[in-house]
Amino acid sequence: MDPHASAADIAGAVMSGKESAEDIIRDVMRRIRDASRLNIFIAVNPDAVSDARRIDGVVRSGGDPGRLAGVPVSIKDNICTAKMPTTCASKMLEGYVSPYEATVVERLRSQGAVIVGKTNMDEFAMGMTTEFSAYGPTLNPHDAEFVPGGSSGGSAASVAAGVSTISLGSDTGGSVRNPASFCGVAGLKPTYGAVSRYGLVSYANSIEQVGPLARTVRDVMLAYEVISGPDPRDATTADARPPDGSAPEGAALEGSRVGLVRQMAPDSLHSGVRDVFESAVSGMEAAGATCEEVSLDMVDHSVAAYYTITSTEAGSNLARYDNIRYGYELDGSGYEYHRYVTRARDGFGPEVKRRIIAGGFVPSAGYAGRYFLKALKVKSRLTREADKLFEQYDYLASPTVPVPPFRLGEMIDDPVALFQLDINTVTANLTGKPAVSIPYGAYRGLPVGVQLMADSRKDIPLLEAARSLEGTAP
Amino acid sequence: MIGLEIHCQLTRLKSKLFCPCRADYRGMEPNTNVCPVCMGLPGTLPLLNRGAVRAALLIAMSLNCEPAGRLAFFRKNYFYPDLPKNFQITQYDVFGDTSVGGRGSVRVGDAEIRITRVQLEEDPGRLSYEGGHDGHAVTLADYNRAGVPLVEVVTEPDFESPRQAREFAGMLADTVRSLGVADPGLDGAMRADGNVSVMGGNKVEVKNVNSFHDLEKALRFELTRQTGLHKAGRAIPQETRHWDERRRITIPSRAKEAELDYRYFLEGDIPWVALDPDTVRGIRESMPESVLSRQGRYVGYGMSPQVAAALAADPLCHALFEEAHTAETARLVANLITTDFMGVMDTREKRESARLDAEHLAALAGAVADGRLTRSRARALLAKLAREGGDAGRMIEAESGPAADLTDVVEQVMREEPDAVARARTNPPAVNYLVGMVMKKTRGSADPQETLRLIGERLGGPQ
Repeated sequence: MDPHASAADIAGAVMSGKESAEDIIRDVMRRIRDASRLNIFIAVNPDAVSDARRIDGVVRSGGDPGRLAGVPVSIKDNICTAKMPTTCASKMLEGYVSPYEATVVERLRSQGAVIVGKTNMDEFAMGMTTEFSAYGPTLNPHDAEFVPGGSSGGSAASVAAGVSTISLGSDTGGSVRNPASFCGVAGLKPTYGAVSRYGLVSYANSIEQVGPLARTVRDVMLAYEVISGPDPRDATTADARPPDGSAPEGAALEGSRVGLVRQMAPDSLHSGVRDVFESAVSGMEAAGATCEEVSLDMVDHSVAAYYTITSTEAGSNLARYDNIRYGYELDGSGYEYHRYVTRARDGFGPEVKRRIIAGGFVPSAGYAGRYFLKALKVKSRLTREADKLFEQYDYLASPTVPVPPFRLGEMIDDPVALFQLDINTVTANLTGKPAVSIPYGAYRGLPVGVQLMADSRKDIPLLEAARSLEGTAP
Repeated sequence: MIGLEIHCQLTRLKSKLFCPCRADYRGMEPNTNVCPVCMGLPGTLPLLNRGAVRAALLIAMSLNCEPAGRLAFFRKNYFYPDLPKNFQITQYDVFGDTSVGGRGSVRVGDAEIRITRVQLEEDPGRLSYEGGHDGHAVTLADYNRAGVPLVEVVTEPDFESPRQAREFAGMLADTVRSLGVADPGLDGAMRADGNVSVMGGNKVEVKNVNSFHDLEKALRFELTRQTGLHKAGRAIPQETRHWDERRRITIPSRAKEAELDYRYFLEGDIPWVALDPDTVRGIRESMPESVLSRQGRYVGYGMSPQVAAALAADPLCHALFEEAHTAETARLVANLITTDFMGVMDTREKRESARLDAEHLAALAGAVADGRLTRSRARALLAKLAREGGDAGRMIEAESGPAADLTDVVEQVMREEPDAVARARTNPPAVNYLVGMVMKKTRGSADPQETLRLIGERLGGPQ
């Protein structure tokens, strides 16, 4: 079967008996081996073929294996799987196997998806290049000298390289959308609370979501429909059920009003990115949307607020990695508790350490008012501004990342410049609103994505709009 | 000045504060009452136990606190091996009043004790320190207790004496017991820390106090120590001290807890809990009567404050009382319970397994009231019923009127009939009226000759 076939086509072929899931997955596992130089996977599923065989068995016995029957799916390595390790690309979780499975993984399996492996990422999802991995960087399938974006770089690369049809990533500040943009695939950051986080290893739990990546918006939507919905194990999903469960018919952009966020396409924007974005705006207009420039003033402060909030939460969420109940080999005999923990936590990589240190400072007594509480204020003002815009506009559009993909090592020593690359993506996380990145062109042969954002719980209409925009792409 | 921080486990709940593991972990093998959530494994999320919120609200309302309109949970961040996540989920009032309750007050003796705050939080695990075989000390961690729902009651520094602080702790124990949310008698189920300062000096926190008896002792020691320092003109440093049970002194704690910065911030995994007035009203209406209000009511029945307090505090005893008493026998039933029953069965455990029921008590009290049984016979019967149970009516029947009692009946009749006694003194045949009354009270079981002799002795003079 065509490695770039859609999830619906694969599932259709498997369910009708035209193709066997086993053949499809055997083929994918072979291609994963062939693509190993891209360093996409931290672990592959040794049981993938037998899992596929089980799907075929269900088909043969006349059962319904589900909407994703035989579809090869990869999972970012910060989402818990019961059989394969879940390491978050960190030495701190070397060899760690979760005793339970994430809700999103259970839901995918229950619809017949076959998990092919765990994808590489920036350690604990902190980074936007997939270079901060204890397992080495993932390379961009379009050009191996370039980064795939991050932190879900392995997920985006796996879809772009045709070694999985759907991948689950996580998005705390753009970690699904940024690599989707760099690898030329579609990726969704759902409304906060729309998808269960049970089994997603927390980095900044108040703003992050699991999000699907795929080659087409249609596959992203299919994956979203499978994984979303309230989960009794995640209390933050209780009230986030999208008001309209089924997708509306027709081209969602027609007759819609789209705001082009001025602060996300400033004069300093990279010209290659600008060209792609301008052609996307033309595409939206051609599809019947009215586009006009709008302002979200707080965006100028959003990256600072984002790093302050995420560092604070990371400092707390990552405190449990003290190497006592689980972790890597490190003999503790003769150590006093705090000295042992300090020594063990030296196993974190440089970017994680940087944020843990910041996270010990910005919310501390005497400084919280200047940093953490101020960041929370920015977050609530930004949300108010966005809410106001969504009273007038159906969607907000911008480039996903202000620059095209860059080379490995090019920015790794300049953390502050790296942080600025999040400027267009963090707003969706800070406001809890859904945002999708779709590929819309290229700069010097490397993909460039555009982003659409919608009001909370409008994930399905947003994906419909993204589909109609996708249809206008060159 | 003395203030208290009392932690009380909600042992009567089925599950922990954020997961389905058991709230009562006692008697279990180490690390068998755990799950991915209370072990803080990567990717797990807390699910708030609504029953714990309700129980904490009951406690807060019993202390006359204002319930919060909405509850928020916070993370208290610090590294300690008994904390699986290296932070504790607790409550904190930084965005307004978001703890379970606040600004309450209760009377203890003559003092009004203000309640600063009632909050809900998770208990950490337990550590035990053992010498290893190679000479190294080892610390063993048991997470069975990690995540058990804990209610913390914080008071203002309103106690006038260590004795009063102990009384408050006892009252709180009675309250949570009678609310049916906790068993403060279980080992470690209720823990008190004290805050002590003298003459406007620094506040010293006294921890590691394992009983209310020791609480009073620890507070007294600390007051004496600080007063001594103050008189000697020496500064009292702000610090945390631990009660050394063996040496009966407080010692500075090794961990410099005052220097820790807990970096409190909102726990985003637990949505805010809105408490609408209807919910609060519903809980209030379902509340059992508080110990204090019950005590007041009992004093109204004519009991002494001591008897009323003892009765009101014990759930089994006041349940017996409520069922057994009538307006006429209230004082008598209270006395039978607090002096006789609590005397014979002197621990809560013994009383809980005793055979005595409300019917027994009602029968005994009725028999004493109408003179069929003396108070001392009633006490003996009650002891027998408490041990063995049985048919109280038949036992009273069998016990009524034997010789041993006759003296009492005679004396009672003579007290009740002063005119007849006076007539009998001047007109000997009139004594038959008194004999008749004794026969009536004993339902004819008394020996007339003996009765006559006993009356004669008491009338004095030759017959």
